[in-house]
Amino acid sequence: MSLTNAANTPAVAAMKLRAEQLCVAFERDSKSVSVLEDITFDISDGEFICIVGRSGCGKSTLLNVLAGFLAPTSGSVIIDGEPVHGPDPRRILVFQEHGVFPWLTVEGNIGFGLSKLPRAEREHRVAHYVQMIGLQGFERTYPSDLSGGMKQRLQVARALAVNPDILYLDEAFGALDSITRLAMRKELLRIWQTERRTIIFVTHDIDEAVQLADRVVVLSSNPARIEDILTIDIRRPRNISSPHYLELRDKLLEQIGQAYTV
Amino acid sequence: MRLKLHVQPRPLLFIGVLLICWQIAINRHPGQLLPGPLSVLRAIGDLMHSGLLLKYIVASLFRVTWGFALGASLGIPLGLAIGWNRRAEMALNPLIQIFRPISPLAWIPVAILWFGVGDMAAVFLIFVGCFFPLLLTAMSAVHNIPALYIDAGRNFGLSPFAFVSRVLYPAVAPQLVVGMRITLGIAWLVVVAAEMIAVNSGLGFLIVDARNAGNRYDLVVAGMVIIGAIGLLLDLGMRSLERVKSFRWSYSED
Amino acid sequence: MNSLSKPRNWEKYFWPVLAAALLFAIWHYCVVWTGTNIFPSPLDVEKGMAELLHKGVLWDDIGDSVRRVAVGFGAAAVTGIPLGLTLGLYPAANQMVNPVLQILRPISPIAWIPIAIILFGVGDRAAVFLIFLGAFFPIVLACVSGVSSVPSIFQRTGRNFGLSSTQLLARVVFPAALPQILIGLRIALGIAWVVVVAAEMIAVESGLGYLVIDSRNSGKRYDLVIAAMLLIGVIGLILDLGFRSLEGLPSVRWGFRHES
Repeated sequence: MSLTNAANTPAVAAMKLRAEQLCVAFERDSKSVSVLEDITFDISDGEFICIVGRSGCGKSTLLNVLAGFLAPTSGSVIIDGEPVHGPDPRRILVFQEHGVFPWLTVEGNIGFGLSKLPRAEREHRVAHYVQMIGLQGFERTYPSDLSGGMKQRLQVARALAVNPDILYLDEAFGALDSITRLAMRKELLRIWQTERRTIIFVTHDIDEAVQLADRVVVLSSNPARIEDILTIDIRRPRNISSPHYLELRDKLLEQIGQAYTV
Repeated sequence: MRLKLHVQPRPLLFIGVLLICWQIAINRHPGQLLPGPLSVLRAIGDLMHSGLLLKYIVASLFRVTWGFALGASLGIPLGLAIGWNRRAEMALNPLIQIFRPISPLAWIPVAILWFGVGDMAAVFLIFVGCFFPLLLTAMSAVHNIPALYIDAGRNFGLSPFAFVSRVLYPAVAPQLVVGMRITLGIAWLVVVAAEMIAVNSGLGFLIVDARNAGNRYDLVVAGMVIIGAIGLLLDLGMRSLERVKSFRWSYSED
Repeated sequence: MNSLSKPRNWEKYFWPVLAAALLFAIWHYCVVWTGTNIFPSPLDVEKGMAELLHKGVLWDDIGDSVRRVAVGFGAAAVTGIPLGLTLGLYPAANQMVNPVLQILRPISPIAWIPIAIILFGVGDRAAVFLIFLGAFFPIVLACVSGVSSVPSIFQRTGRNFGLSSTQLLARVVFPAALPQILIGLRIALGIAWVVVVAAEMIAVESGLGYLVIDSRNSGKRYDLVIAAMLLIGVIGLILDLGFRSLEGLPSVRWGFRHES
């Protein structure tokens, strides 16, 4: 049966985000189409969560609800005890592509959310994140001269610069080639281990989920329900050829396979 | 394509409000020259009744048609050829760029010298106004053909004629149609201006004549309204041409 | 595209010069062969231009035309850009106002002359009003189009970072729409240049357009007519190129496709 991290277990780390019976339905051709149904789960502070499912199953919709861009038809999202009403700089969403502002340089993008800071501090922070994502020397470069991987790193840096509590990533590596994707995953983990934010990462790539996440939320399709929440209890750095890894990966694949027959 | 006319309430309401404000402003200042919407409507009615409206519309459309047709039949093939040959373009582009910003009306003395005052001069002006935009549109359309298509055409060993009709034309047609719509709009602007200066019939002439022969500003504005309406109809007509299926492949969204 | 070989660098200058020389030659010989004594030859035009320069009238005329364009275009930009941005941001308002714009737009500014004369009298202000009309609609429509084609990702990101509506407009929507706005401004400037010449032929008594008409009317000086026409073309081209160079600025360059 399901392995939901039930609310009965006493919280070990502080609970950061709770989704309660989220439902989202859209009107199409005067018919109500249910996209998300009865989504309930908890996320602790500093956790790395992946949400997986088929393309088009509603993962991005769920992420948009969690980020506050979309209001659920019913149910609620509670972060740090407060219900989510709209987008907030405490939780930043990183998009799959075209997310960076093309009219701003690397520095300009990273500093975008920092306009309220005094100039010295802003410059200091920008420099810090430029270095963290390894784009030293590119500070004055415009995004049109950057590669896809560099642009995605820039988006992450821009997001981190405002010190958010939660980072949402919507298939953030989906537009990159597979070699770059491997490098980016390493980068992301390194940044996560340094900065220790809560990360919710949506992907359709099973390997990505097993490589990155503490726990994986598996969604079925049409409508999307929580099929299972799998705990990936492999110590990092993870050996992607170890038997335990493959075991969990197979389990996940099985889950997704099950999702098709519902 | 469904021919249902979607009548939206809000724009009509807005137009109605504007018309009412206009009428009120006129009523507040009696005895001055600008007409109100009611007198304009009456003037339109008069024109229709006396048959002048139809006559003038036909005259203007006639000139536009001829000028545009000449401009297109010369400008488009020439533009395609020039766009295709890089050296030809290098040679001619600077000259084209100098002639393009010259208002067709600046050609009036030359037009009158070559054609005398009358229809031919007006048609020439419209021709000039259409020729350069269409030339440039055709050149640009050729540049925008994806190299893939050209390679594919070569790969299949097409004869020059087959290449033009089966690769070149379908590839440039969508952009040409858009360019023609915009140029038709330009032609409509030029014909009105040309008629105000160089000929003795047509909607542009109506405006000038109404003012000169008795300050009939109601007719002036009536003329303007009709010019606007017909210009809009021409534009909508061309837009529906763009929607014809064989052109639609190039419009990936909307 | 379908060249026999890649053109060399010197060819960039060779071919246009050759074409221009050919054009002048054909022109010259046409004048000679037809024996016309009205239509000028290239040399006549050159002499005419020198004469204008010498008399000092030319700079006044150029200045008048450019000044009217500057004022009319400036007014159109200052009013049109905010209006266009607003309509772009509020589709409901756009739906309401757009039909009026679409009806007014096909009316040639020249057709507004009688109204302009009633409102402003004969002279500079009427001409500037006509230029304003000619430039206003393309600017508004380009702004509307620019704003509505701003990808929603940008606006979502802006809201995500906590921007208020005004900040969103200034820091996200406007920069994102700027390339399209610039294109609209450039086209409007071209239109303004065409309208000023036409307006000067009818409603005022100075400027390059007036020079064209006046040269013919007072003495059939077609050499001056052609000289003025060429000047109109060259200045219009300079204005256009000037604007295009703005499109190379780094903060807008991303919005323009580069043809190699």
